[in-house]
Amino acid sequence: MQKVLHINADKCTGCLQCEMACSFENYGIFATAKSRIKVFDFHHTGKKVPYTCTQCDEAWCLHACPVEAITVDKATGAKVVNDSTCVGCKVCTIACPFGTINYVQETGKVQKCDLCGGDPACATACPTGAITFIDANWTGLGRMEAWADKLGNQPSAA
Amino acid sequence: MAWAGKILRVDLTKGTVTPEPLKMDWARDYVGSRGLGSKYLVEEVDAKVDPLSPQNKLIWATGPLTGTMASTGGRYTVITKGPLTGAIACSNSGGYWGAELKMAGWDMIIFEGKSPKPVYLYINDDTAELRDAGHLWGQSVWYTEEALKKAHQDPLLRISSIGQAGENQVLFAAVVNDLHRAAGRSGVGAVAGSKNLKAIAVRGTKGVGNIRDPKAFMQVTFEKKKILHDNAVTGQGLPTYGTQVLMNVINEMGALPTRNHKDVQFEGAKDISAEAMATPRKTDGKKHLVTNQACFGCTIACGRISKMDEGHFTIENKPQYRGANGGLEYEAAWALGAANGVNDLEALQYANLLCNEYGMDPISFGATVGAVMELYEMGVLKKEQLGIEAPFGSAKALAHFAEITARGEGFGKEIGQGSKRLTAKYGHPDLSMSVKGQEFPAYDGRGIQGIGLAYATSNRGACHLRGYTVASEVLGIPVKTDPLESEGKPELVKAFQDATAAFDSSGLCIFTTFAWSLPDLAPQLQAACDDAYTVEELSKIGERIWNMEREFNNRAGMTPKDDQLPKRLLTEAAKTGPAKGKVNELAKMLPKYYEVRGWDKEGRPTAETKKRLGL
Repeated sequence: MQKVLHINADKCTGCLQCEMACSFENYGIFATAKSRIKVFDFHHTGKKVPYTCTQCDEAWCLHACPVEAITVDKATGAKVVNDSTCVGCKVCTIACPFGTINYVQETGKVQKCDLCGGDPACATACPTGAITFIDANWTGLGRMEAWADKLGNQPSAA
Repeated sequence: MAWAGKILRVDLTKGTVTPEPLKMDWARDYVGSRGLGSKYLVEEVDAKVDPLSPQNKLIWATGPLTGTMASTGGRYTVITKGPLTGAIACSNSGGYWGAELKMAGWDMIIFEGKSPKPVYLYINDDTAELRDAGHLWGQSVWYTEEALKKAHQDPLLRISSIGQAGENQVLFAAVVNDLHRAAGRSGVGAVAGSKNLKAIAVRGTKGVGNIRDPKAFMQVTFEKKKILHDNAVTGQGLPTYGTQVLMNVINEMGALPTRNHKDVQFEGAKDISAEAMATPRKTDGKKHLVTNQACFGCTIACGRISKMDEGHFTIENKPQYRGANGGLEYEAAWALGAANGVNDLEALQYANLLCNEYGMDPISFGATVGAVMELYEMGVLKKEQLGIEAPFGSAKALAHFAEITARGEGFGKEIGQGSKRLTAKYGHPDLSMSVKGQEFPAYDGRGIQGIGLAYATSNRGACHLRGYTVASEVLGIPVKTDPLESEGKPELVKAFQDATAAFDSSGLCIFTTFAWSLPDLAPQLQAACDDAYTVEELSKIGERIWNMEREFNNRAGMTPKDDQLPKRLLTEAAKTGPAKGKVNELAKMLPKYYEVRGWDKEGRPTAETKKRLGL
């Protein structure tokens, strides 16, 4: 079963535990600036929205890479940057429609979410369930259930 | 470990910014944030200095756990000699700024002297420089944050700044970060204003890396977060209702100070409570409360985000106040509401927004307005000088005073001096509901005896956050004590004060202590810093910090007279509720408190106490 990161922005409080978990997993430090998942704080509405790579099947970043530095992790479906191959040309950052692959000045390479090899640290760290790691085929299950509940558990008119 | 090991010293007179190593022996003995910053202050500043003179210093300090995954690890403190009180001042704030400073690689910033012109400090990791703030002077906190992000082309910049209140040296001016988180009390913002220091803008990309045992740290912080999650207060009450959950509770127990402490119960409490914030308004059918919000690293998320009623009289033709914005916490709702007898939730939120925008403490501001309203009702203050009729309950007067105080217009200049100076000027010093010149927060010392003693002995003037015995006396955390009983409270107050000092110094939020105590803090500090931080050691460190602060105040000239409550709490009994007939029994508690503290009759730590604590 392939799993994906599923984001429910309504549950996000903006605590940034996910960003710290990401930087700790990948760099061994707490540095939100190095996180591959970002939480955006829309002050005028009060909404906080985590955002990261959705691991497109036909990934623009992968196809755009001239040196084939981005490959598919067969176990997880994640598109993974191989640092030893990446030349830092940044073409993938232009190709990605979502902005979720980014250049890192310090290393001269790009970085993106790789699902932590199948156990994403951000989802584990999220205290509210705003970020979960679930069956890719059933990301809508929770929402369907909520509506099914509304439909099926109404007091009957008869 | 977990400290960055570096501090910045900024000489505003000369315009220099100099890195220096953190004194690690002090860090071990005082941990960080409140304790460590205060240690630097008491060593470097003569306790007798004029707080608003260039000889005073102003310190922004983080703790070792600031910027880490420990829950609530985003706190910083601003430390100085306070202009409102003349005592040591240490105000604590959340939001994201503190973690950003730590991630830039700095534990602390010490400002000294006075800049000849307005400046701000810009920090981008190792780069730190003073820049001209002439274009920001006269502007609000909100404007300053937006302008600096634009100027530096960096939307991720974090800013800690003062607004007009700090510039005009309103004695309860705050330092505000992330639009609506504040180092709110004791006038730390006025000290920044006196130094021509407008803001500190920080971008930190280096991160916090030198955790002593990263694996153990991740494990223990994960376990401790679960405790917060499973606890009724930190897991449900605070995220759902915020601190405002207390409004109806405290009112029912007859400890909600009302109309400048003339009463202990407010008939309008329900209108300004958490429940009111979550109920659709009659006017437009929308809820005041939009959502909750966390500070950096916080898994509690008690913060309120609110939207005002667009048709409310206070914001007619003021679209800037219509969006989602920082909402009312309990202390602010009380000070702007019950303390003045105002039950108009929207007016309270308007005043609260102005406090954030202009950078001013809503507690001292609201409580001072309470004193003004009482003087107005007595006929001492007149409409002509106030610019408005100001009886208790007037939302219009509250809004008017909020507009003119920070800007130093008209009578606002006098409100900006705080209730102690204002009531003394008009011949009624007993009507200032304050200790050491700082106004009371939202609990009445007649209905909650221990908190009265905590106010009287707080090192930064009346304050609930220096020894929150309400946890025990009202909520039964960690054990229930009778709020109407003064027996045993000196010991309780001391225990709360010492533990709080340890928590405040770690870089974590005191709200964790609804679910945690020192045995929960100790393993987090041990994994991050040093095995030496046992529960016993942290208790001792807390007590050391308390006594260090006390000695600074004693050197500043304070005596047991400054540990007194206003006459009203000692002689005018509560009129209604469970505490009816009670006054605060401070005279019984204070001598015993000195005794359990190991102080002499003049409130001075004895030689033996100092020796025991390594002072």
